[in-house]
Amino acid sequence: MIPAQFDYVRPADLAAALKILKEREGEAKILSGGYSLLPLMKLRLAQPELLVDLRDVKGLDGIRETDDEIRIGARTTHRRIHDDSVANDRPLLADVAGGIGDPQVRNWGTIGGSVAHADPASDWPAVLLAVKATIVCRSSTGERTIAAREFFLDTFTTAIEPTEVLTEIRLPRRVRGAGGAYTKLERKVGDFATVGVATIVRLAPDGTINSSGIGITGVADTPFAATDAEKVLDGQKPSDDLFRKAGEAAAAMSRPVGDVRGPADYKRAMTAEMTLRSLRKAVERALAYA
Amino acid sequence: MTTETQLATTPEVGGMGHSVKRKEDPRFIRGAGKYIDDLVLPGMLWMDIVRSPYAHATIKGIDTSAALKVPGVLAVIVGADLEKAGLHWMPTLAGDKQMVLPTRTVMYQAQEVAAVVATSRYAAADGVAAVEVDYAPLPVVVDPMKALEKDAPILRPDRAADKQTNRIWHWESGDRAAADAALKDAEVTVSEDIYIPRIHVASIETCGCIADWDAVRGQMTLHMTSQAPHAIRTVLALVSGLPEQNIRVKTYDIGGGFGGKVPVYPGYVLAVVASLTVGKPVKWIEDRSENLQADSFARDYHIHAELGATKAGKITGLKVRTIADHGYSDAAADPTKFPAGLFNVITGSYDFDSAFVEVDGVYTNKPPGGVAYRCSFRVTEAVHAIERMVDILAHEIGKDPAQLRLDNFIQPGQFPYKSPTGWEYDSGNYPAALKMAMELIDYAGLRKEQLEKRARGELMGIGISSFTEIVGAGPSHEFDILGLKMFDSCEIRVHPTGKVLARIGVQTQGQGHETTFAQIIAEELGFPVGDIKIEYGDTDTAPYGLGTYASRSTPVAGAATAIAARKIRDKARKLAAHLLEANEDDLEWTNGKFSVKGSPDRFKTIQEIAFAAYTNHPQGMEAGLEAVDYYDPPNLTFPFGSYIAVVDIDKGTGQVKVRRFVAVDDCGNIINPMIVDGQIHGGLTMGLAPSLYEEITYDENGNNLAGTFMDYLLPTAVETPAWEVAKTTTPSPHHPLGAKGVGESATVGSPPAIANAVVDALWHLGVRNIDIPISPHKVWKILHDKGIS
Amino acid sequence: MTTQHIRVTVNGELREADVEPRLLLVHLLRDVFGLTGTHIGCDTSNCGACTVHVDGESAKSCTMLAVQANGTEIKTIEGMADGAALHPLQQAFWDQHGLQCGFCTPGMIMQAAWLLGQNPKPTDDEVREGISGNLCRCTGYVNIVKAIQQAAGQLSASESAPVVAAETTEPATAG
Repeated sequence: MIPAQFDYVRPADLAAALKILKEREGEAKILSGGYSLLPLMKLRLAQPELLVDLRDVKGLDGIRETDDEIRIGARTTHRRIHDDSVANDRPLLADVAGGIGDPQVRNWGTIGGSVAHADPASDWPAVLLAVKATIVCRSSTGERTIAAREFFLDTFTTAIEPTEVLTEIRLPRRVRGAGGAYTKLERKVGDFATVGVATIVRLAPDGTINSSGIGITGVADTPFAATDAEKVLDGQKPSDDLFRKAGEAAAAMSRPVGDVRGPADYKRAMTAEMTLRSLRKAVERALAYA
Repeated sequence: MTTETQLATTPEVGGMGHSVKRKEDPRFIRGAGKYIDDLVLPGMLWMDIVRSPYAHATIKGIDTSAALKVPGVLAVIVGADLEKAGLHWMPTLAGDKQMVLPTRTVMYQAQEVAAVVATSRYAAADGVAAVEVDYAPLPVVVDPMKALEKDAPILRPDRAADKQTNRIWHWESGDRAAADAALKDAEVTVSEDIYIPRIHVASIETCGCIADWDAVRGQMTLHMTSQAPHAIRTVLALVSGLPEQNIRVKTYDIGGGFGGKVPVYPGYVLAVVASLTVGKPVKWIEDRSENLQADSFARDYHIHAELGATKAGKITGLKVRTIADHGYSDAAADPTKFPAGLFNVITGSYDFDSAFVEVDGVYTNKPPGGVAYRCSFRVTEAVHAIERMVDILAHEIGKDPAQLRLDNFIQPGQFPYKSPTGWEYDSGNYPAALKMAMELIDYAGLRKEQLEKRARGELMGIGISSFTEIVGAGPSHEFDILGLKMFDSCEIRVHPTGKVLARIGVQTQGQGHETTFAQIIAEELGFPVGDIKIEYGDTDTAPYGLGTYASRSTPVAGAATAIAARKIRDKARKLAAHLLEANEDDLEWTNGKFSVKGSPDRFKTIQEIAFAAYTNHPQGMEAGLEAVDYYDPPNLTFPFGSYIAVVDIDKGTGQVKVRRFVAVDDCGNIINPMIVDGQIHGGLTMGLAPSLYEEITYDENGNNLAGTFMDYLLPTAVETPAWEVAKTTTPSPHHPLGAKGVGESATVGSPPAIANAVVDALWHLGVRNIDIPISPHKVWKILHDKGIS
Repeated sequence: MTTQHIRVTVNGELREADVEPRLLLVHLLRDVFGLTGTHIGCDTSNCGACTVHVDGESAKSCTMLAVQANGTEIKTIEGMADGAALHPLQQAFWDQHGLQCGFCTPGMIMQAAWLLGQNPKPTDDEVREGISGNLCRCTGYVNIVKAIQQAAGQLSASESAPVVAAETTEPATAG
């Protein structure tokens, strides 16, 4: 449980951090909360030569609202997001932020660190994919935004360049008639997801589904958007039957691997089941937020 | 005894039956406990261990050159070094042998291959990462059935020429012919294959030690986590050749044992060798991964059971055959005559005549062990099997499982009861416990609810376990571990000012001995618990004992404590007679004083008597007031209970939720009710864990798939139900306090209650058995295959 | 091997040390500062035995580097009592038999202290969720929940585990 040796710097601002990343490209790894990276380093599965701790860099945490977005700083902790989401009636975000790891993990783990780490069974990506969030990255040459649906490329691999820092995540604000839910199947509390399904639906005045978003984690090389399932829902009246069909479509897109969390056929079936349950709840919340 | 709890002492004195707040807690709540890794000795070095990634491989070479260059690394010990001193193999507590370090072949993943000694914890870890070992993998045997096949690789070629087989031993109990006949004639027979997988006890503190060789004094002090310090000292003396009076084993506060801190692990021996080599104290503390992947496991029993009965459900016979997967060496700390522990208590709480049990121990490429998980020497396996079979029988013939049990119980009037496998159960009242559990949980109401739910397609189950435990090993004519008889001891010394120091041969790891053993003395002698200090764990001072495991502390050392206290009371009577100038026979003892019969105002308190023992003893009497007792129990004790679990199954996911769990336990007379309840809460949780969550599995290459807490799933407070506990009290007739022990009852009794509940929920769908852990995907598969979701 | 100089306030006292970047906070506390009340129970950040407070937030000190904690205020179990006066949680764990081997206890108390700071009157379920990052092998959590509820003022010290009136059977032979 002892990490290999490494160097450690704590830059005073973002510019300094970006400079180091450029100079030590390939050797440096960003340290945010540390709750994804340090466990790997303690098992010596990761052995970066330099850790760049963002702790002193200001302006990277906090939750701001614009007219149509919620902008969450990368260094915002899961717990802070949870408490803010509960206070502001954002149950989808509260679901996910309140279920990551355990209370101590939520006190220190950050959304940026978690998203950049991109564990294929981690929770945030499912939500970001469902709501079609954008991810903001900064390098020494400027800033760019990446659509969540273009961000998760492969297992533990995202579109972030080694010389970039993820600074902010932007999600669309909740609108009237919209509701979302994150339904996670886990072996015990705080586990990674056996399968986690985030859904968001927006209901038209006539009660049909205007638009939807479904993001799924745990059952493929990388979290993915269940676009086939979204197509099933388009313009339809919500019903358990509809949700079941959407679940089947989502399951058909999954590529689960049999492992300690269960055989592949179980995971595929649970993808469908969690999609069904997530949609039920999302629609319930949408109706309550007319 | 009457139906009301009568306490013989006041709360201030705190004898039997009082829920005295624990005396050990002040240091723990302040973080001032002293666990092995808290100890720092001057000049201390650190040791870490290189471990094999392969389950079975030849070692072609070990290159230590890079490791020796790591700053802070002082030495690397390999098998060849130990071979020179004949220390590369050591005896196990089961009379087999296991490697300390391999010279040729590794036999399980995470096996110790080399030890690195360094000036710091971190340097030792770096040294381990720098040792290069060249392995040539060999075919791996993980399936014990395959291990018994003709062409299986022989895993232990070191055994005698006539023992070139992976079968370690064959053991039988009972009467094969009688069991065969009973089953042949039975109107109903049910048979089932039940697999109880390997689990790991995972106490929150891992194992560790500091070996401290003082060359000037020729003294080896081994500070360590051990549940049996005296046995360790003797084994160390025999193995190392160091004179036993110059070996001192010291234990401190232990963060949980549950059997996992009984075996002698290679790490301890390596630390001793390292200290002897470098002449400085050497500390070894294992990581959690090492603990889970290399230390002693429990269970791994493949059981085939057949139960015969009349049409009406009266049991007539039982036949059991078991393959016991022991890993590559039999290191299960079982008594010599019982390589399968007390597994033949498998006839359980039921009255029938014919039973036969046979067990074959088998070698596989896995770590050695077998009885480390709060299991009373394989009683968990036995109880699981019989309680599952009884439930299968009940469901098969359409009889209520509670009624079937009531119809078959050994009745209170039948005790002492001789079981068909030779155990004499001391006392019991099984119907009372089951009826109490049924009432507390509203069994009739639950069955009604179940029918209603079933009609709606909802899956709800009720499971019963009416277990009989067997603990307190054990009488010397039958029990020994490596030849050491399983007595236990207590030495009590009363000081002039009426304070007491008592030392015991057992070893608490959280059971509260500093409180409960003081309570025994308070009960017998009337000294308040606050005036009694209990010591243990230092083999230089504590009387010889076999340690704490298999729930033996209260039955054996508790008895020794009571007897020693009574010896003191006998002498106290003589002193009192002298002080009161009365005849011994004219004195009566109540509430901590001797008084003259008929003249209650003429008395001497035990404190006054203590003072007199040093200042005013009669001529011709030895001064002082102390006694020692080595207690050889005349029999085991038989705690028992009835547990009822209610489960609800989520049809969509297969998840099982324990809605309610009522536990009625009977451990005879109770020393401290609060501590007993705590033992039961904890034991139930360690029964829930293997029922639903925990399993150590290996793939076909012998890779451990649950080697960290990420995948070895200990229940948190969220998974754990709010246990409901209650008691009946049926004293042990042969124990001086009527007490039976309770530490493991709940771990033994609870898994079948949960398993029975799940099967009960699914029986109407054609399900007869599900092996634990009952993970959601197992349940889902059953439902899915039957077209239910 | 370069070291860095760090300053931390531990239980109100300023402490300094020269440490390797890779030194875990839990080792700083235990091995460098000698505060051995915080324990290590695993190597994958699951067990919570190492829980302390860093700038008022409960943290698993095995999953933090000492250098990360530079400049922070740390509270450990040793800082909970006020001299001889026990913190209400410490008293409650003792009163309610919320510990057996004591190894998970410091981390459990630290996490409970943080929890009650966030939620002074939790339900039993909220307590269980609140300690879901702390494993105990001995107690089965029942009395831990009671201890935390006592400290929250929701359970009196005299209430202990339910003991149903017991039935007693006469032994077949005298004991």
